[in-house]
Amino acid sequence: MTASDLLNRLFMAVLTLLGVAVIVFCLLRIVPGDPIAMMISPSATPADIAALRAHYGLDLGLPQQFGIWFMDVLKGNFGTSISQRRDVMELIGERLPATLELAFAALVFGVLAGGVIATLGTLARRTALDPALDFINGLFLAVPDFVWALALVLLLGVFWPVFPLSGRIDPELSTYFHTNFYLIESLLTGKFSAFGDLIAHMVMPMLALGLPLAAIVVRTLKEALAEAMVQDYVLLARLKGMSPIRLVLQEALRNAVGPTLTLTGVQFTFMIGGTVIVERIFSYPGLGNMAIDAVINRDLPLIQGIVLTFGAIFILVNILVDLIAGWLNPRGAAHG
Amino acid sequence: MAEIVTTTADAPVPLRSLPMKTIKPLLREPRVVIAGGFLILLLLIAIFAPYIAPKDPLEQDLMLGNMPPVTSPGAEPGYYLGTDDLGRDVLSRVLYGSRIALTVAFVAASLSAIIGTLMGLAAGWYGGWADRIISRLVDIWMAFPPVLLSVLLVAVLGSGLHSVIAAIVIIDWTRFCRVVRAETMAQARLDYVMAAETIGFSRSHILWREILPNVAPVLIALVSLEMGIAVIVEAILSFVGLSLSSDIPTWGGMIAQGRQMIHQGWWVFVFPLIALFATVLAFNQLGNGLRKALDPVMRR
Repeated sequence: MTASDLLNRLFMAVLTLLGVAVIVFCLLRIVPGDPIAMMISPSATPADIAALRAHYGLDLGLPQQFGIWFMDVLKGNFGTSISQRRDVMELIGERLPATLELAFAALVFGVLAGGVIATLGTLARRTALDPALDFINGLFLAVPDFVWALALVLLLGVFWPVFPLSGRIDPELSTYFHTNFYLIESLLTGKFSAFGDLIAHMVMPMLALGLPLAAIVVRTLKEALAEAMVQDYVLLARLKGMSPIRLVLQEALRNAVGPTLTLTGVQFTFMIGGTVIVERIFSYPGLGNMAIDAVINRDLPLIQGIVLTFGAIFILVNILVDLIAGWLNPRGAAHG
Repeated sequence: MAEIVTTTADAPVPLRSLPMKTIKPLLREPRVVIAGGFLILLLLIAIFAPYIAPKDPLEQDLMLGNMPPVTSPGAEPGYYLGTDDLGRDVLSRVLYGSRIALTVAFVAASLSAIIGTLMGLAAGWYGGWADRIISRLVDIWMAFPPVLLSVLLVAVLGSGLHSVIAAIVIIDWTRFCRVVRAETMAQARLDYVMAAETIGFSRSHILWREILPNVAPVLIALVSLEMGIAVIVEAILSFVGLSLSSDIPTWGGMIAQGRQMIHQGWWVFVFPLIALFATVLAFNQLGNGLRKALDPVMRR
């Protein structure tokens, strides 16, 4: 990827994010239901209501509202949440780390589990295990994160209750933290009891998000490995007497990892979207869970902030994936 | 060139010659037969739910709340899968829930397919500014997390069946648009299109009579996959309480209800979850099976 390609990508990304902003803004202005009506006390007079409307800028025309809001967004000011009466940026700053930790844990789990199973499947080629693995993986591919999350609630929460069903951490432990990256902080500062508790809370939502990803990694990587295993350099290495495990890990994997990585990036963006419902099911205090509350409360500034944050993450991940793919495979288009 | 020749020789069977020639390979694909059979059964259950369901799904009997399924001790005869906290029959509610699930699946998937296909054909066949605008639109759409967008849309449109369907269509037309656009562009490069142009067929004639029938096999498989997605999205929206009112039995609503009282009775949670899982799996396997059976390249 050349510098001009990169600039082009960045420009397109900014344009896309602007489009997202305009659409979100327009959508939320046609929401039925008055946000002011939800925050006033029954004794408020019409003058009080008008004052509140003016305070939140709801009495201006749409283009002015967008103009003011957009300038504020550029300055990093997302306004004040109507339902929680706190700065939107601050609220997002509190919740985003929880979502990021969960999403990255699920990403690591999905890639590792998928990678190991794909490697084992490649070693077991032409045995009875291989079609069985493909069949099971086909089923796994069909199960979305929502269904996984519910099945896990049942299996590991109720029938065999090994993991806590909801939350991020035992409330008694949460007061000791300086940042909102609890998992990273507890690890760095050696608070291992808190770390263990965080992991126990994270296991089920992480599995729900990571298992669909693992299934996709297995399919893609297994196909790429199967293709690589019949290439001349692998045959040569086999003739030289290299063991099957080293053959797969050292020779084939290196060349098969490219397409898997690109697809993993795409799936990772879907997975970040999936955190919304999975966090809800496990009452995990992340950004997605807050998004649903914001929608139920018709909290416009908060919804806008959250959706723009998600949009920015999506676009950022896509650019990163392009960069890494370009770096891994410099031959780029010539190769395809 | 050799590649193009083989592709044309094996071009997907256009749907105009639908009869036995197309149906036979479908019946040889076990996934199509099993999943299709299950879905036909489910459709019959949905249509004839009032005759099949042992009880009225809305009838409450607080004296019979939280009764376990018949296999457990203390079960109430006649309530095969137990009752919920309001004493409503779980089996009847699961059976009735198939109505909403299948309605959303068929209506939302067909509408997204129609809109997405029209946009995809326009972008892929006419190219130029039409392609640029539509592709940019798809890019913007793809920057939204789908679940978040659906929750947002239902908040905007208000809850209810129409909103749920509208939300799915507004989000998922892009799936069809992307695939149809790519497929149309691929078809447009094939020999038969050039031949049609040489004969002097008009652009729109070629699009509707030549290209669309050849895109159709891919499209049909995609519609089946989309139906599974629609069932899930409806369940998610019912689960967070943004779909239908809690009176009408939906699988997602039942699962949410069961999640809250999961320690009192697992059956309110489990049976709608099984129904949801089986339906989604069936649509998914039918879609993949159709894709394999209808795609001449994969068939080999």
